[in-house]
Amino acid sequence: MITVDHGSPLLEVRGVTKSFAGVAALKGVDLSIVPGEVHCVLGQNGAGKSTLIKVLSGAYTPDGGELIWQGESVEISGPTAALHLGIATMYQELDVVDGLTIAENIFLGHELSNGGVLKVREAHKRTKAILKRLGHPDLSPSREVGSLSPANKQIVSMARALSRDIRLIVMDEPSAVLDSEEVKNLFRVVRELTKEGIAVIYISHRLAEIREIGDRITVIKDGRTTASGLEVASTPTAQLITLMTGRDVENVFPPAVPIPDDAAEVLRVENLSVKGTFDPLSFSVRAGEIFGLAGLVGSGRSEILETIYGAFKPSTGEVYIRGTAVRSGSVPAAVARGIGLSPEERKSQGLILEQQIYRNVTLSSFGRFARGVFLNEKLERSTARAQLESLELRPADPDRAVGLLSGGNQQKVMLARWLVHGTDLLLLDEPTRGVDVGARAEIYSLIRQLSAAGTAIVVVSSEIEEVLGLADRVLVIAEGETLAILDAREIDEPGVLDLVMKGSAE
Amino acid sequence: MSDHTATSTGSAPGPNRASAAVKSVLGSAAGRNIGLVIALIVLIIVGTVTSGDRFTNINNVLTIVRLASVTGVLAIGMTFVIIAGGIDLSVGSVLGLSSVVATLAAVQAAAASFWPLMIIVALAVGLAAGVINGIIIAYGNVVAFMATLAMLIAARGFAEILSNRTTQTVKVKGFLEFSDGSFLGIPTLVWIFILVSAAGWVLLNRTTFGRRTVAIGGNREAARLAGINVKRHLLYLYALSGLTAGIAGIMLTGRTTSGTSTHGTLYELDAIAAVVVGGTLLVGGRGSIVGTVLGILIFNVLTNIFTQNNLNTSVQAITKGAIIVVAVLIQQRFANRDVRRS
Repeated sequence: MITVDHGSPLLEVRGVTKSFAGVAALKGVDLSIVPGEVHCVLGQNGAGKSTLIKVLSGAYTPDGGELIWQGESVEISGPTAALHLGIATMYQELDVVDGLTIAENIFLGHELSNGGVLKVREAHKRTKAILKRLGHPDLSPSREVGSLSPANKQIVSMARALSRDIRLIVMDEPSAVLDSEEVKNLFRVVRELTKEGIAVIYISHRLAEIREIGDRITVIKDGRTTASGLEVASTPTAQLITLMTGRDVENVFPPAVPIPDDAAEVLRVENLSVKGTFDPLSFSVRAGEIFGLAGLVGSGRSEILETIYGAFKPSTGEVYIRGTAVRSGSVPAAVARGIGLSPEERKSQGLILEQQIYRNVTLSSFGRFARGVFLNEKLERSTARAQLESLELRPADPDRAVGLLSGGNQQKVMLARWLVHGTDLLLLDEPTRGVDVGARAEIYSLIRQLSAAGTAIVVVSSEIEEVLGLADRVLVIAEGETLAILDAREIDEPGVLDLVMKGSAE
Repeated sequence: MSDHTATSTGSAPGPNRASAAVKSVLGSAAGRNIGLVIALIVLIIVGTVTSGDRFTNINNVLTIVRLASVTGVLAIGMTFVIIAGGIDLSVGSVLGLSSVVATLAAVQAAAASFWPLMIIVALAVGLAAGVINGIIIAYGNVVAFMATLAMLIAARGFAEILSNRTTQTVKVKGFLEFSDGSFLGIPTLVWIFILVSAAGWVLLNRTTFGRRTVAIGGNREAARLAGINVKRHLLYLYALSGLTAGIAGIMLTGRTTSGTSTHGTLYELDAIAAVVVGGTLLVGGRGSIVGTVLGILIFNVLTNIFTQNNLNTSVQAITKGAIIVVAVLIQQRFANRDVRRS
């Protein structure tokens, strides 16, 4: 472990706030980084980590608060300004240009040139030196970046930071794309950097990694720092989880309705897997039951739903609806068998924003509103209107463009589509993403009503609290591997996180 | 995020509501078509003022519409493809190929006893080329621009080989009588354009096929996840466009009484220009058959005015270019107000 000089911070973030269209993403973040440390930032999805990174990299300008760099108050007006100060950011989606060589990528934006003529040889020489420093003398500077593995692309991204005079590197989940051997190399490189006095802000969900590489931890929750500068070595895991999740639990979830003993099995998934995405898993859902999938981003949650829905072809296994297998890898087949999906990205995957509500509502079943090939739009409108009224979407005007609706009302349009179609099994991926707190309770009670009426529901959410609050049973998943299927009443949020962290540490 | 919340049920204040109503009329398809109608009327006035009776007499009017018919039919098929977010660059070449195949000596010999055979052959050639485009685009996942560019090049070459680069004269009497004929004083070619346009309008606005087309253009992924078989529909769309190229091929064969590999050269660009000027978004999701027809008429009236006044074709080309730019600029104004950006 490196001895940290707590005396002279390199960067101080004081009370930084940032809002988007009235929604506060950061409500007051404090952070203090000293040279040569690995500072981990922990927080749940949506806690504000990405916004914080973008403030530090100059992509966003904060609304309030102060950034103090080496004792001086600074404004980071853009990515170039951040680099000039000495702050480099490695995004999760690596920002390397596939069509250029390693050397060209590294000197992108600050090319070595002599009156406009590139000094290729000099660039290659310096690239070679940096790559050697990063433990990769095997990579040729003239190799095209597109042909590299994700791990090596990450090295290029890091080399780019080192090609400038950098004092602080922000790494956003750098281990997400790496296997365990590559993670070891990453840690070795990080240690080399910190030895030279460079500070690293390290963001990861994996507690085991934080234990191994981190010096101090700052926890962010709901846009605020809840604890800063905790020593990694002396902070127990339980405390970290409480800090991350200990929000004031609002009791917005409607009470569960007991499932009748004779409820028929609607969905049975047997041995279903997609190679490289999730391992074989089996479960079944009965009529009137809500089944939850709990896990972190990238655990394979959404892919499981999309595979059941036929949008992905499974490598193994079958999906059965009421005991009969559904043709795999075909969305029309799944829809015909009464499966409906409300996708994760409602705006890009679910709705046609510029089209009228009624067209979005009937999108999966407009054939039913046709005589021969000719559509009866009057019937479509009246059916949509009746459905909107029963979902209490106001105004129940089927001719409004869906893009003008709030997130909660857009979600209602998605539900209306499947209600009009008449589904037996509803797959809900992030049903309350982009839905404000008030409308959430309404969506929750709608979901509960649907299940009480006999629909089988599978729900996925990055908010574990939401899954546990809605579901009767939950499947806990980490990195594509099923860890447990539990009664939702038997487990709480820290319990799930504990399982997930243990699962991914292996 | 949209700032229109669920709770804002109250109606907008007076003046805003009035201007919103005006905006919504202008924003609707009918409103945009009104703009095109005004443009067309302006052109007609210009034609009447500069050429008088030479412009307004019935024969000239019929000439304009007759010349407009061939690219008009192409543009109807193109409208569907573009609404779905695609493009078909091959229609001009496919038109040429179908005119060549329909006028091959062997086909004409067989058509001597049954002249509609020529039409059937031309339509079959167009449809086949469209199906090939569709398979390559939908199931081969090739970008429509490239797939149809390849067909543009290949179909022209194929037509050159078949015709031996000669012009094949039509000798089938029945066919010549049919294509040169008229009904109720309106030439056959114009009737075909009217029928194809009407069928296109019904297909787009009243059928499940049209609804799928607009849905795919509006959001392809959402359409797929709603259970629409997007690939199969794309195949149908390019087949439809190929079919209209076949129809246009036999129309041009009739008008020129010949089949040649150079028929239809660059017609695809005229068709695309008319579709875009007609208010169909190049990115897909919105479009109008009436707009396309008006676009075609605007370009053809313009050409006629230039010809009547013995004006240089180069000036004409510059004017056409300017019209396209202005139309697209207006279109972008609408696209910027698109709810997607909110």
